Amino acid sequence: MEWASQLCENRGLGSKMTDSKYFTTTKKGEIFELKAELNSDKKEKKKEAVKKVIASMTVGKDVSALFPDVVNCMQTDNLELKKLVYLYLMNYAKSQPDMAIMAVNTFVKDCEDPNPLIRALAVRTMGCIRVDKITEYLCEPLRKCLKDEDPYVRKTAAVCVAKLHDINAQLVEDQGFLDTLKDLISDSNPMVVANAVAALSEIAESHPNSNLLDLNPQTINKLLTALNECTEWGQIFILDCLANYTPRDDRESQSICERVTPRLSHANSAVVLSAVKVLMKFMEMLPKDLDYYGTLLKKLAPPLVTLLSAEPELQYVALRNINLIVQKRPEILKHEMKVFFVKYNDPIYVKLEKLDIMIRLASQANIAQVLAELKEYATEVDVDFVRKAVRAIGRCAIKVEQSAERCVSTLLDLIQTKVNYVVQEAIVVIKDIFRKYPNKYESVIATLCENLDSLDEPEARAAMIWIVGEYAERIDNADELLESFLEGFHDESTQVQLQLLTAIVKLFLKKPTETQELVQQVLSLATQDSDNPDLRDRGYIYWRLLSTDPVAAKEVVLAEKPLISEETDLIEPTLLEELICHIGTLASVYHKPPSAFVEGSRGVQHRRIPPRAGSVESAESPDVGQSGSSEAPPAVIPSQGDLLGDLLNLDLAPPTSTVPSVQPSMQMGAMDLLGGGLDSLLGGDIGGSPSMGAGLGAAPTVMPAALGGAPAVGGGLGDLFDLGGGVGMPTGFYVVPKTMWLPAMKAKGLEISGTFARRGGIIQMDMSLTNKAMSVMTDFAIQFNRNSFGMAPAGPLQVLTPLSPNQTIDVSLPLSTNGPVMKMEPLNNLQVAVKNNIDVFYFSCQFPLSLLFVEDGKMERQVFLATWKDIPNDNEAQFQIKDVHLNSDAASNKLQGSNIFTIAKRTVEGQDMLYQSIKLTNSIWVLAEMRVQTGNPNYTLSIKCRAPEVCQFVYQCYEMVLKN
Amino acid sequence: MIHSLFLINNGGDLFLEKHWKSVISRSVCDYFFEAREKAVEPDNVPPVIRTPHHYLINIYREKIFFVSVIQTEVPPLFVIEFLHRIAETFQDYFGECSETIIKDNVVIVYELLEEMLDNGFPLATESNILKELIRPPTILRSMVNTITGSSNVGETLPTGQLSTIPWRRAGVKYTNNEAYFDVVEEIDAILDKSGTTVFAEIQGVIDACVKMSGMPDLTLSFMNPRLLDDVSFHPCVRYKRWESERVISFIPPDGNFQLMSYHISAQNLVAIPVYVKQNISFFETGSSGRLDITVGPKQTMGKTVECLVVTVHMPKVVLSANLNATQGTYNYDPVTKILLWDIGKLNPQKLPNLKGSLSLQSGAPKPEENPSLNIDLKIQQLAISGLKVNRLDMYGEKYKPFKGVKYVTKAGKFQVRT
Repeated sequence: MEWASQLCENRGLGSKMTDSKYFTTTKKGEIFELKAELNSDKKEKKKEAVKKVIASMTVGKDVSALFPDVVNCMQTDNLELKKLVYLYLMNYAKSQPDMAIMAVNTFVKDCEDPNPLIRALAVRTMGCIRVDKITEYLCEPLRKCLKDEDPYVRKTAAVCVAKLHDINAQLVEDQGFLDTLKDLISDSNPMVVANAVAALSEIAESHPNSNLLDLNPQTINKLLTALNECTEWGQIFILDCLANYTPRDDRESQSICERVTPRLSHANSAVVLSAVKVLMKFMEMLPKDLDYYGTLLKKLAPPLVTLLSAEPELQYVALRNINLIVQKRPEILKHEMKVFFVKYNDPIYVKLEKLDIMIRLASQANIAQVLAELKEYATEVDVDFVRKAVRAIGRCAIKVEQSAERCVSTLLDLIQTKVNYVVQEAIVVIKDIFRKYPNKYESVIATLCENLDSLDEPEARAAMIWIVGEYAERIDNADELLESFLEGFHDESTQVQLQLLTAIVKLFLKKPTETQELVQQVLSLATQDSDNPDLRDRGYIYWRLLSTDPVAAKEVVLAEKPLISEETDLIEPTLLEELICHIGTLASVYHKPPSAFVEGSRGVQHRRIPPRAGSVESAESPDVGQSGSSEAPPAVIPSQGDLLGDLLNLDLAPPTSTVPSVQPSMQMGAMDLLGGGLDSLLGGDIGGSPSMGAGLGAAPTVMPAALGGAPAVGGGLGDLFDLGGGVGMPTGFYVVPKTMWLPAMKAKGLEISGTFARRGGIIQMDMSLTNKAMSVMTDFAIQFNRNSFGMAPAGPLQVLTPLSPNQTIDVSLPLSTNGPVMKMEPLNNLQVAVKNNIDVFYFSCQFPLSLLFVEDGKMERQVFLATWKDIPNDNEAQFQIKDVHLNSDAASNKLQGSNIFTIAKRTVEGQDMLYQSIKLTNSIWVLAEMRVQTGNPNYTLSIKCRAPEVCQFVYQCYEMVLKN
Repeated sequence: MIHSLFLINNGGDLFLEKHWKSVISRSVCDYFFEAREKAVEPDNVPPVIRTPHHYLINIYREKIFFVSVIQTEVPPLFVIEFLHRIAETFQDYFGECSETIIKDNVVIVYELLEEMLDNGFPLATESNILKELIRPPTILRSMVNTITGSSNVGETLPTGQLSTIPWRRAGVKYTNNEAYFDVVEEIDAILDKSGTTVFAEIQGVIDACVKMSGMPDLTLSFMNPRLLDDVSFHPCVRYKRWESERVISFIPPDGNFQLMSYHISAQNLVAIPVYVKQNISFFETGSSGRLDITVGPKQTMGKTVECLVVTVHMPKVVLSANLNATQGTYNYDPVTKILLWDIGKLNPQKLPNLKGSLSLQSGAPKPEENPSLNIDLKIQQLAISGLKVNRLDMYGEKYKPFKGVKYVTKAGKFQVRT
């Protein structure tokens, strides 16, 4: 490390650092005073001084300068003083690793102390000091403590293994601590068992495929025994662990349920919810005709209701979980509607959740009550809540047919209040009611039309225009109404413009004689005066349809629309099943699979409810039929924002879920103007790419089969899965998400988005080609202009099949760096030409420089030092990398994935200095020094290179890699 | 597990941080502040906040936000329960849980937090164990400590830590052995305009104060245990005996604790002790309105209703109220828009009435929302559900304890719609 310290001196970073540091953070006098007191002979004074130090530390003052003085107080028989010193050590050892070594002897000695409290305290504290040198000394004492005669020490040691694993996983494995930990599951003391389970669960989270918690009937039995005797927190860990077990048969399942049920009466709500999870999962295995099954169902309701009388934060989490439970098993809470009634002083987040569950529980039996409540809520103060309540009334109408009339009249009452946002929400939901019950409530149109002027939100305006267009033949002045909207056509949002275009075309097809002028006007507005490609395209399509074949136009535009489904916002069944296995977790709060979002949990397996023993009905979802809502599996609404969802939105925003088996032409109804594109989508490409699958969320029965292995893929989930995949390979080359390189507008319908990646030493250009035009594209080819690093395609562009309209294909083009070189501005600019059967298109894109970092870029230390000195200081560039929450080791790991190699690390005054080297494909070396200070998210990066113009781009790579 | 804890006051000052693993920069709280800002009211801050690298799970208690930082998948309820436990421990130690008291006792707070969690795993959360490890501050103790030089950290392993009854320490001694139970019931109800019950339920708890020597084994039985079908027990209660015999059998913790809570739901016909006749209306013109509220007894089981308070949340446009109360005093706060009418004892012979006019911001339109009434009340010597304790038996010790049971009924979230 000598060379590094030399380096420091060169750079003027002396040992004076410490002094200057505390002068700026604390008053000089204070620190001096404390120093004197800490060195006092009087015990009492010493203790008071340490207390003062701790107090300063808690409020964030830097008292690290007192490290040696505080550590000196450690050798004491006063337990309080010892504990205080330990507290201090844990906080500052990381920044003073050399000093911390001084404490090791005392720790090791304390681990042998006759008093179990001190033994436990010592091993516990040692585990909290995240310094490599100390952890080396920890192994022996820890091994002893894991086998200690006193259970208090054993249970502390069990947690300590988890701590050590967090710091150095390899060490834990090498030392065999995992096996010792597994043995502790059979410990005689329940608290030790609970902690061992907790520690193993935490370790297992970062170990994808390890068989750490190998559960078998014997261990399950031990866990169940410990469950009755350990603390409430231990019960949570054990229950969560039990939930991962798959019982062999229904009898075992029942016996576990029986032993878990008493936990439902625990005062700790987390225990209750974990118990609910175990029961919900295991009862799937019980035969439904079993008496016990019914008993269990009845037992589940009261504890869930009780959770709702707890603090609001607990209520919120409980409600998010109840939302899942109600979807899976509506029968459990079907009589408990009233507990979900909203109270005036509930926090808003509780109110909104309650409302959601009320709708889910609404049925013919209780609809009157629900409606009365909803009407009450519509007069509350909070605007968000009122809006949601009004929407809820619409959802009731769609869900419970018998109540539709009542709902409509309630909505009309609300419209009479003339409260602006209430009226707008009401109109949006009435549009849905029209779609569900056509030709039934059109008498209210007159009332709706009275409120035309007060609508200022796009969604409400679009809904109103849809209504006018759809029922143009019954509204005498439909043309006038639509004309009035047309005046400010260009100021409207796209949603309204599209809707207006369609509505006027509908009107024209219904009353061709009087509206010719109007339709001309709107078509020219849409096609000639608009910048919006969607609008223009749709305008042209209508125009051509109308001019070539009006009869066909009528068939397309006025086609009968499919009815909308009754249940909206349902969670896709496979996801729901997975979430039921994760009740009580963050996943259940966000209603997303755990793999989708928790950092570091790479090893999450998709959990599935075990199949019911000896049951024939497990394949089709039995509960839906039972609840009496519908025979078909519930259709899921494609979430807005995905590909097809957007297309569907063209005409009808919310619940446009369709029945899977309907033939395509019928299914598309008014959207048929997209013609062949959709057909081809439906034809062969289901399951091709996730985003398409997402769009087709309406076909849940087809999906799982088409997607084969991936268990929980379903509607609207494509994006989540992409994410999950990203988490799966943490230290590889970081690939920037694809960006749009060539918009369809500029390339006659060809859209290209892409990114670059370096995989196994090969540079690849990943592109998605999308055909947004009406005709098939073929004959693709690609060429690069000369560029700074001589990049060129290493092979032809492999687009084998013709690209049909609306199809997207992903291609990966390998690149070489032997092409002609020409310096570009900026340096990483790349000009590309793509040719197809239509034309040649040009675009330029910029690649991350890290693409060119080669795998053998690790420099010898001596060479590094020499080179660093050799490069003139003028060539050095300094950068700040802000807001990186990684420690230096994690950062160095991450960088290594992008071929930025850390050659050495040195820690000075709590600051880690990493010395790194990079080699580019054209053999340019880049040297870097990165300074990382614990607790400070801002890194300082100094880059030296003989070609200084690359520094800026190297810095960008650092920034990109560290932040992603 | 729980990674770090930040305490933040209502004004947005972060005044304490504690890390159980590596240190997480306090800048992570910026996400919390953002959510706090968006929520306007402190009560409305969402309990779980997602940030790019962490999850922030928070509770709001005693005007303090307890914000915890989570990095891995952890049951959120566990975290929330634990945060409440921290608040309760502070309350228990210092008599209140406020920013000032936490700052004054920052070292004890720090010692407590260190003792309650290890590496994010709960370690000791039972009050009696903690008190053996770290003694709560008292004036007397701090005097004794200064004189004798002894410390307020326990030197030996707490006895309860590993026994199968962690909630009780061994060797408890009292000269007077006593056991008191408070049956407290709260009525949560929503009544509609016409006075019909939309929803009503009873949340009951039995709080106990047991100061008895040795290891007493107690059995509490009820006259009418059938009322209780939805119960949650303190860990000390033997659930099997409740299942089979409907008695509560337990070895009590020392001192104050909540023995059980129960829930009697709407189906069981919850008695509503008072009725409210009200008429609050606003005129289309003239920027004014009228208010007329009368409260009377309904099902009080022959007991007196005390501490009766009516709170009305007025619409924003109401500037002032000119009212006349036949009993008690009223106060209208034009800032919070809350009208508070403190009635006191309800006299069935002469019903209290509050009547008069409201003046509105001139030119403002008639308010769109309806104000809502909240009722607060108390009835001594009565558990409104009719629950009655039958007897308390003690086994395992020789002495004869004093025993007592008290009943009280209160209004919980008791709301009348207008």
